[in-house]
Amino acid sequence: MTGGRSWDITGRFIRVWQRNFRAYSESWKIGFIPPILEPLFYLLAFGVGLAALVGNIHYRGTDISYMVFIAPALLAINIMNNAFYENTYSSYVRMYYYKTFDAMMATPLSLEEIITGEIIWGATKSLIATAIMQAVISLFGLIHYPEGLLILPLAFVGGLAFGALGMFFTGIVKSIDLFNLPIFLLVTPMFLFGGTFFPLETLPHWAQQVAFALPLTHLVNLTRAFSTGILDGSVATGLVYLAVFSLIFFPLALRKMRRRLIR
Amino acid sequence: MTGRAFPEDRPKEPGPVIEASRLRKIFGDLVAVDDISFAVKPGECFGILGPNGAGKTTTIRMIYGYSPMTGGMLQVFGLDIRRHPRTIKARIGVCQQENTLDPDLTAQQNLEVFARYFDISEAQAQRRANELLRFMALEHRKDAKSAELSGGMIRRLVLARALVNQPELLILDEPTTGLDPQARHQVWERLEDLRARGLSILLTTHYMDEASRLCDRLMIMDQGRILVEGAPAELIRQNVGLDIIEVASPDEALRQFIRERDLPSEDLGHRLIIYLEDRNDLYHEIRARYCGEGCTLRMATMEDVFLKLTGRELRE
Repeated sequence: MTGGRSWDITGRFIRVWQRNFRAYSESWKIGFIPPILEPLFYLLAFGVGLAALVGNIHYRGTDISYMVFIAPALLAINIMNNAFYENTYSSYVRMYYYKTFDAMMATPLSLEEIITGEIIWGATKSLIATAIMQAVISLFGLIHYPEGLLILPLAFVGGLAFGALGMFFTGIVKSIDLFNLPIFLLVTPMFLFGGTFFPLETLPHWAQQVAFALPLTHLVNLTRAFSTGILDGSVATGLVYLAVFSLIFFPLALRKMRRRLIR
Repeated sequence: MTGRAFPEDRPKEPGPVIEASRLRKIFGDLVAVDDISFAVKPGECFGILGPNGAGKTTTIRMIYGYSPMTGGMLQVFGLDIRRHPRTIKARIGVCQQENTLDPDLTAQQNLEVFARYFDISEAQAQRRANELLRFMALEHRKDAKSAELSGGMIRRLVLARALVNQPELLILDEPTTGLDPQARHQVWERLEDLRARGLSILLTTHYMDEASRLCDRLMIMDQGRILVEGAPAELIRQNVGLDIIEVASPDEALRQFIRERDLPSEDLGHRLIIYLEDRNDLYHEIRARYCGEGCTLRMATMEDVFLKLTGRELRE
């Protein structure tokens, strides 16, 4: 997979995760605020303001309210953002400004374990933020249970995919400002056109095909299937997509970080 | 301080703690470390001196497994660094040149979290952290984040962190750079204490007083090569003699005198340095006859050796 070199990964990566968890628990009260407020803002703006204009949405053979349509999209975006921002900006700060990775590399931790611990931490942040946001959204009765519980493990899986993608960019950007580029070219278009705030079918065919190649589209499909309880074949497609995506970007992130840090 | 905090009762390694043979490191076109061979004995403090860019940091980074070596042989505790990096890293403590303390964590958490990187149990990590905070006189700041600590405290905390795994070898990259004299002396005292307990120490520095005070043996590097190696006093005697006369604004008559006597000297234009084997007669003679602007007799130091061997031009 890496041109003959094997990865040096043991369970010790959990120590890196524990370091991040400990730092996070120092300031958890601040970390809890966005996932509580964000869905409230969006539901108020889109759900109350826009829903009156939009009416119901036709989804997989049934009519659902606009609020029910966008609630899972908010969760999917939340999954994407938490892991992606954690493994870009936050990981970059730890790597470049704090020199945390340098300190770790003087201990028995290997570089691969450091990066693995970081990505799994990013996924954990997606999980924590999703659990909080989902609890808030559930208060509005917008999520169908018990299928809705599947969103939690999905948050972790989706977090791994977006965390690995973020870490790949951390491995290649020349400076922290350049994260603007993947955010503007990748994250924002996915946020707008990934089947989030309007159904993909309203887009021209070519745009649908582009959207179908991007990870958020599949993540939204999955959260929407789980939150509405309408499960079909696209669930398998989505899960396979996320697995393959992670299996490509995780080793790629390891390789880029190795090239960046081992001198 | 409890005795078990330090490894004095571990059996000594029979061979050298570090053994490098024809060690090389190449970055692109730059040969940073060029075929160097040296050994560090158990229990000794070994110094690497050199101007900026000499290859000091690169050398120790290879030793603590941070930079892969390009060529040669490198053994730590008798183990090949390429084959046993984890085992070796578990047994050494490292103070990197830059402050790598975790700014998200308090002083105490820094030690505890770092101990966990070595798979030290949580209870043991707590105990070690408390012991080391006490040893480094940081107990009163244990809840401070690193941004709230002074330069001296940061360095002591980094040193404490490097001891958290009870290392058999301590590696320090410029341990007192940027510290005020009080803080430097405090760090030196701790290092002397550790050396007295039998810890092997490898340090880089460009402070000659630091090297003379702490190191049993040292080597001077320049441009990736070793220029000299030995005990500080010996290096001084062999390379510059016992004493030095510095003459300000020397005149032509003095230069003539030096040429006639064939005295080892260095002419800096506005200043003349004469290396003496033994002070008595010559100093008085020069002082009586040639010291217009003043001249000084002083003991030769490592700094004289360093400047004589590595030259006086700036390294930037």
